[in-house]
Amino acid sequence: MKEYTPRYVGTVTKYVFVESPDMTPSDLAIRAYEISKGVMIKETCFGLQITGSKEEVDQIIARLREFDPSHIFVKDRGFPPGDPRRCRANLGGARPGYYGHEFEISLIRHVSKGIQELPGRAPDQPVHPPEATGPAGLDARKLQKIIESQES
Amino acid sequence: MAKVFIYPTTSLILSDLVARFGHQPLSAALQVRENIQTAGLESPPLQITPEDPKKGLKYAAVEVPSGVRGRMSLYGPMIEEAEAAVIIHDADFSFGCMGCARTNELIQFLLRKREIPILDLRYPRSDEEGVEFVAAIKKFLEELPGGGV
Repeated sequence: MKEYTPRYVGTVTKYVFVESPDMTPSDLAIRAYEISKGVMIKETCFGLQITGSKEEVDQIIARLREFDPSHIFVKDRGFPPGDPRRCRANLGGARPGYYGHEFEISLIRHVSKGIQELPGRAPDQPVHPPEATGPAGLDARKLQKIIESQES
Repeated sequence: MAKVFIYPTTSLILSDLVARFGHQPLSAALQVRENIQTAGLESPPLQITPEDPKKGLKYAAVEVPSGVRGRMSLYGPMIEEAEAAVIIHDADFSFGCMGCARTNELIQFLLRKREIPILDLRYPRSDEEGVEFVAAIKKFLEELPGGGV
């Protein structure tokens, strides 16, 4: 085992996703470059990755959100951009974690709609969220029927 | 501001909404970041060393696979820290770091055992569901200590 010396210690990295009809990731990147003061910004196909001190990153994100509040989404990232353990340039194929983002981005337009509609709702209006049902596993009785149909 | 455990812990939607409504999301990235920013012996890709499954022993028995215990060394401290949780139930099982079904069951069990406020949901599949989804999360978060944007 080799000694491990971490890079970018004390920094935070955040993903900024943009899924908007009015703004592309490159638009967002240009605006981010304008307000970044030495913070590392990497443009990606879905938005940006911003690495720097927590205060600087939060400040930039707060400014970026103002451009399109209901279509810009932010989450933390553990690794800095281009880390050889995660970057697909080294690994080949999609970056681990990409599939999760791909799945959520396919549904995120409904969340954007929810954020847009929220100010128009009365504060005491009852909520009816999509209810969690049981696990989507194969019903045991159905499985038994399948087995029986194969045996006969 | 309350610390809210999100499940799936890699969820972009939950991470964003919890932070947007004024609370701190507890996501996998925070623990991964802590691991990879700590000097020690090189153990790629997530800097999970042989010590981590030992830490996981606090949450899972020794005969439980080391993969579960290693994951619990990341998620366990966050579960202990959490003051509330938002759980989405129909996330794809191979969802990033959440790819271990047994760990996922254990996480939900430990969260419920703590008796903290929990919001159970599924992903919205239409605009109407999206509106209710966001409204439910906002209402839940507002009722937590330090709630309200």
